Amino acid sequence: MKNTISQRVADFLKNFPPFSFLHQKDLEKLSEQISIVYKDKDAVIFAENDKTHDSFYVVHKGAVALKKSPKNTVLDMCDEGDIFGLRPLLAQENYIMEAVAYEETILYAVPIAVFKPYALENRNVGNFLIESYASNTRNPYSDIHKDKLYGDDLLHENHHSERDSFDLQPIKYSKKIVTCSPSTTARDIAKIMTKNKVGAILIVDEMLPIGIITDKDLRNKIVTGDYSILTTAETIMTKPVITYPKKMTVTEAQMAMMKSNISYLCLTKDGTTNTKAVGILSKHDVMVALGNNPAVLIKALKRTKKAKEIKPIRARIMQLLQGYLDQNIPMTLISKIITELNEACITRVIEISLEKMSSPPPVKFAWLALGSQGRSEQMLHTDQDNAIVYENVSDVFKEETKIYFLKFATLVNKGLFEIGYDYCPAEMMASNPKWCMSLDEWKNQVHHWITNPGKNEVLLSFIFFDYSLTYGDAAITNELSDFIFENVKANPIFYVHLVSGALQSPSPTGFFRQFLVEQDGANKDHFDIKRRALMPLTDAARVLILSHSIKGISNTAERFEKLADLEPNNRELYLSCSYSFKALLKFRTKQGLLHNDSGQFIALETLSKMEKIKLKRTFKTIKELQELISVRFNVSNLV
Amino acid sequence: MSLFNFWKKEEDLFDENITIEETRFVVLDTETTGFDYDNDRILCIGALVLQNGVISVQDSFEVYIQQDHYDKSTAQIHGILKAFVVQRPSEKEALEQFLAFLGDSIIIAHHTVFDVTMINKALERNGDPELTNKRLDTAILYKKTLIQSHLFERKDHYTLDDLADKFDISKKDRHTALGDAYITAIAFLKIIKKLKEKKHVNLNSLFK
Repeated sequence: MKNTISQRVADFLKNFPPFSFLHQKDLEKLSEQISIVYKDKDAVIFAENDKTHDSFYVVHKGAVALKKSPKNTVLDMCDEGDIFGLRPLLAQENYIMEAVAYEETILYAVPIAVFKPYALENRNVGNFLIESYASNTRNPYSDIHKDKLYGDDLLHENHHSERDSFDLQPIKYSKKIVTCSPSTTARDIAKIMTKNKVGAILIVDEMLPIGIITDKDLRNKIVTGDYSILTTAETIMTKPVITYPKKMTVTEAQMAMMKSNISYLCLTKDGTTNTKAVGILSKHDVMVALGNNPAVLIKALKRTKKAKEIKPIRARIMQLLQGYLDQNIPMTLISKIITELNEACITRVIEISLEKMSSPPPVKFAWLALGSQGRSEQMLHTDQDNAIVYENVSDVFKEETKIYFLKFATLVNKGLFEIGYDYCPAEMMASNPKWCMSLDEWKNQVHHWITNPGKNEVLLSFIFFDYSLTYGDAAITNELSDFIFENVKANPIFYVHLVSGALQSPSPTGFFRQFLVEQDGANKDHFDIKRRALMPLTDAARVLILSHSIKGISNTAERFEKLADLEPNNRELYLSCSYSFKALLKFRTKQGLLHNDSGQFIALETLSKMEKIKLKRTFKTIKELQELISVRFNVSNLV
Repeated sequence: MSLFNFWKKEEDLFDENITIEETRFVVLDTETTGFDYDNDRILCIGALVLQNGVISVQDSFEVYIQQDHYDKSTAQIHGILKAFVVQRPSEKEALEQFLAFLGDSIIIAHHTVFDVTMINKALERNGDPELTNKRLDTAILYKKTLIQSHLFERKDHYTLDDLADKFDISKKDRHTALGDAYITAIAFLKIIKKLKEKKHVNLNSLFK
């Protein structure tokens, strides 16, 4: 029976081969027989050596990893529209791989009995399947994409690009060659180069390259005044041109440049100056080819036009993070780079959302990151916590302005969700009217928190006081920060509440120094590293730094380092806090990458003895720190 | 009554061993001529079966009903015109088909009270008894996934659109009965996932 859902299924399938080859009518018929299957993250769809199901699968939403024992290596990652589990059905053998939902996934299960007649009848469908077998790829058409592996096409090289052989892959060069004759003047050359936005120009004589002029040549020879700007190319060009054949690997190109200490290579048909030039390879091309490098990622980010395009870049950032951790690069440096990249992603989402709005913002505003992101400690995908502060407006425009920013914030929140930041379960997001206010409204709010510190007010100020500016006007946030400091100073009792709040985090170890684990829920028997170890440090650092009226440092480790400078007598404790924090954060990040989650909950049995000892050592520091603040702010008087 | 029952706050509805997965749910939505229980009529019932996280397209139910009452203003929402040419059974026939499909499954809908009341009113008109099936409401279940605090002013009502946005479900086919039922079903699955992250969830806890 044709119905709304079967049409919905057909509408999706018609975009992907081999379904795209089917007639609309057949596709509709097929869709009526399909089942829609929901799989939670990490759920097994079929295991190795399992008997085959009576259906094969198409990924509708999410992603599915195909793995093979013994090492459980991920052989393939299926995205939206990809087919898997078909080959064993046709070959009538058991599954040779395991299929696991890599994230929350919705699948379409297509019964093989229904599909088979089409495969036999329709030649295109049959050919597609044969090609899939022969080339042993899921989708033979993806080969076309694989050619442009670097730079533009980010989608097809995430997760599983073969890192080891990567350097030996052919390099992509620019086929757009800018040339001029030997008699062209330096002035005209500069004009041509500017117009074509290139850094080097080839001098050709009867189509053969005889010399090259780069930005550097112009600077060294013309701008210095050594030659007049009417000098001809012949005189100032570098010659002979160093040429190479066009089939070059990334490593060869890199070495060629280093050997001759040049930034541009000219590629000719046979690799000598006696044949036509076919392309120019710049240092930049090599850099792009080298893949996951922060500068390249930032560049790729700038080119995105939709939030959806940012998602694969985020996946590459995660790869980069994994690489850094493997190489044991200092945590401070890692978190700086990764935070910077994450922020660039968010900024891009904001810019894209701004472009989507029908008019520019009516007044200046600031987009604030709150919580862990505000403290530059967020490395994995976690929830989004954010807020907007905008300039005060007269009563007439009040309503209008609020509506504008709420609409804008909704776009941004949605964009962030698309690139992998979950919505905040407490709705602490700028699209919530409570977190999207004018400067004066915020001041009132903060004043209220500080002068009426109850449990919730303290909690809210905990989250809010760690803000950092992601996008927009710094003057507004500065004014707000100043206001907070003045108010806190005038209300010393607020510290006491902050401290007692900071001391309320649950203890990491029990009476016998064993780890305390969660009692209930999905994370039963796991250790909550965020609440039991990271948060006590973060909370204490915040109180202490506020009491010193230090503005502008919101990173916990940096706060402790600053405190070490300010209070020499406690220097050792603070430095050890800073160290512990970094160690814990690294721990969490590694765990998160391992399990593709936030890393908050750790299964203790997976840790080595050494790791457990390391963890416990940080707990001692936490305890000492908590004693220090409870004595200093005299909390016992209150609680 | 034994003394123990006094302490038991809420009695469990189901055997502890029945999992959410194996339970047969019927997720449904109705399109109506309006919101008045007495005067308005059901134009369409869409329903699907959800079991083991699987929705079988074949095993879904969509029926457009012949009605004399018609309200032009709501036609803009559901897009069902009076003379819409689809085979349309009478209300009585449609209800019979629906009851056969529903069986004794647990009903899931968004703002379930409305849909169930509309169906019950129709049953009453045709001389049939009311539905006795257990019911769940995604609008209520969704609220359980949010953090509870009096400080966060949250909406009282979450529309199906809100849920579709939050869970990134395509809003294509919104305001067709079966299309809405599909969105509700996916939202239900995602809500269960969220709830499971927080604490242990079983069939009984969903009804508390």
